[in-house]
Amino acid sequence: MPLDPKKHEMPTQAPEVRAHNFSEVALGYTAEIALEEAKRCLNCKNRPCVTGCPVNVNIPDFITKIKDGDFEGAYQVINETSSLPAVCGRVCPQETQCESKCTMGIKMEPVGIGRLERFVADWHNANATEKPTAPASNGHRVAIVGSGPSGLTCAGDLAKKGYQVSVFEALHTAGGVLVYGIPEFRLPKAIVAKEVETLKALGVDVQTNVVIGKTLTVDELFDMGYEAVFIGSGAGLPNFMNIPGESLKGVYSANEFLTRSNLMKAYLDNPVTPIMKGGKVAVVGGGNVAMDAARTALRLGAEHVYIVYRRSMEELPARREEVEHAMEEGIDFRLLNNPVEILGYNNPENPRDPKNGFVTGMRCIRMELGEPDAKGRRRPVPIPDSEFTLDVDTVIMAIGTSPNPLIKNTTAGLEVNNHGGIIVTEDGLTSRENVWAGGDAVTGAATVISAMGAGKVAAKAIDEALSAK
Amino acid sequence: MYRIASKKNLNPTVTQMEIEAPLVANKALPGQFIILRVDEAGERIPLTVAGTDPVRGTVKIIFQIVGATTELLNYKNEGEYIQDFVGPLGVPTHTDGIRKVCIVGGGVGCAIAMPVAQAFHDLGAEVVSIIGFRSKDLLILEDEFRACSDRLIVMTDDGSYARHGNVTVPLKEMLEAGETFDTIITIGPLIMMKFVTLTAKPFGVPVTVSMNPIMIDGTGMCGGCRLTLIEDGKRVTKFACVDGPDFDGYKVDFDEAMSRGRMYFDFERHAHEETCNLLKGAN
Repeated sequence: MPLDPKKHEMPTQAPEVRAHNFSEVALGYTAEIALEEAKRCLNCKNRPCVTGCPVNVNIPDFITKIKDGDFEGAYQVINETSSLPAVCGRVCPQETQCESKCTMGIKMEPVGIGRLERFVADWHNANATEKPTAPASNGHRVAIVGSGPSGLTCAGDLAKKGYQVSVFEALHTAGGVLVYGIPEFRLPKAIVAKEVETLKALGVDVQTNVVIGKTLTVDELFDMGYEAVFIGSGAGLPNFMNIPGESLKGVYSANEFLTRSNLMKAYLDNPVTPIMKGGKVAVVGGGNVAMDAARTALRLGAEHVYIVYRRSMEELPARREEVEHAMEEGIDFRLLNNPVEILGYNNPENPRDPKNGFVTGMRCIRMELGEPDAKGRRRPVPIPDSEFTLDVDTVIMAIGTSPNPLIKNTTAGLEVNNHGGIIVTEDGLTSRENVWAGGDAVTGAATVISAMGAGKVAAKAIDEALSAK
Repeated sequence: MYRIASKKNLNPTVTQMEIEAPLVANKALPGQFIILRVDEAGERIPLTVAGTDPVRGTVKIIFQIVGATTELLNYKNEGEYIQDFVGPLGVPTHTDGIRKVCIVGGGVGCAIAMPVAQAFHDLGAEVVSIIGFRSKDLLILEDEFRACSDRLIVMTDDGSYARHGNVTVPLKEMLEAGETFDTIITIGPLIMMKFVTLTAKPFGVPVTVSMNPIMIDGTGMCGGCRLTLIEDGKRVTKFACVDGPDFDGYKVDFDEAMSRGRMYFDFERHAHEETCNLLKGAN
């Protein structure tokens, strides 16, 4: 039988339906579709897909198990290298990682590795009865700062080897960006909670409401008997454009807007944490966070949502799938546009007018692409006299973050680069003895899977350092 | 979960609690704040630390019942638990090199001003405190202030107790009489802090103000607490949670901060009314 040249389509909620709810957009493969898709894997000898995965999941092996109908076996293969399969199957950019290396992809569409991974993880979560148990302790204690993807991965890998691991989380719920940043419709929070529960079953101690750098310092963690510390504190302070009007009411950072909706559940009926709903919304930026913010605003009831990005579609950094989903849902992409000022209401007759200080619009200027910059990306240049006003009530700035200084400022000898990112070796070791780091705290805003890769590398290095003691 | 070790009503709308949170109690210094959630579905609210007892592992908070969350918190009793309590956050009040300080507190802001006054007193500085309230029944912490101040001036807006008028009146008199301070620290409503700053300006006395904007995470992640400082004619964005809560009063754009503070006014009023009705039903 000839191989199907295309991946099996992912069943999704219809755009006109999902634009009004927070349920997951992609519904996942059925067992039948998964079996058919698995057959597209050639199980080739050189396994290029594995090298494309930051945590080196044994992809052909798990797909072979699917072909055999052994879904739990497939899960166990993934579980050997990845601590968060249900998460990765949803949010990894497979098109630029494993699937970009797939041999099938040379002449046809690559195997839908991410979709198969998600199927296997969801099958396990729905059907597996056996809970993981904590292995015998090796007596070594490790502290992990932050419970995002890098921290959870590092914690999971070390716990499986018998380390006594404590994870310290500043917020009230574990999961980091998986909980406060990525919306429910892309990654249901019940899935994150389940992954955290799995780690707890492995013996990982998760302590919320502890801000390292404030409640405790890295040095105090060593005083408490931890022999190694991994810093996975994530990206921090949101960037703004420094244009007039950014302090008006109705201007959010994407972090604030998404945190209000995701972590604080402002999207539910009768929320206790307020958020501006409805009206016309402009999201400034072109990354995955911008897509998440725009699609969240739409689901909260916005009449019209713009993405305002200063370059063209070709340079837009968000995943294609997210961009396509956003377009299907009706998000209005205003490319080659750059904001210059946010306008606010001001009633000169009445300084107590309750509408004073709220956003009424955003001045933008049209851009064109000029000469390539040092990185080879064509630089956007403003077109003279092309300013116009976008009629909006809410503006969400999704233009990146700068590292949080709390840990750097309280940890003597911890070196950072001029962007504030922690400097590490290939193994994730910082300038401080027995302190490792990884994820956005090192690289600046990046992907979930690259953070997981860094957590994994550090876990291996920590194991080598402590077992040699 | 964090146990409420004690609870005391300071006046009809202001409550003091001690919360068992040993890690926070070990670290918190005057000027810092905590964030709490009352229950699993609750919002995160910042409250400034009003004192600590590291031996008992407790942190004192004093709050005015102004919204849904403070109403719910006030409904909890000694021995009960609140869901989350994290801190200490923010930068402690700078005390270095200050020999004589004027503390100006207003309303529930006095709850934050008191431990600051105490800290300066303990460091051996001369402390002059001016505390103001709308009326006599809203007065709090008078005895505590008296104990740590070399001079205490109590003001009420309606003249129902002590001296009639607002806090800027005695401040201006002192400054005009030639009295000098190394710094003035003012904590209270934004409008009061703005006028304290304007009163001090002609005399060139440094003014530190304690800002308490809307916050969510409190660790420098969301940017909701941002405010604008005007430095050398340039507008600079700061985050109250990591850069503050104390700022140079001469640089703060108070009008913008007051406007931002009212962003969710309608929502909050509605939520407060709903909570009140809910709690009435429970009684």
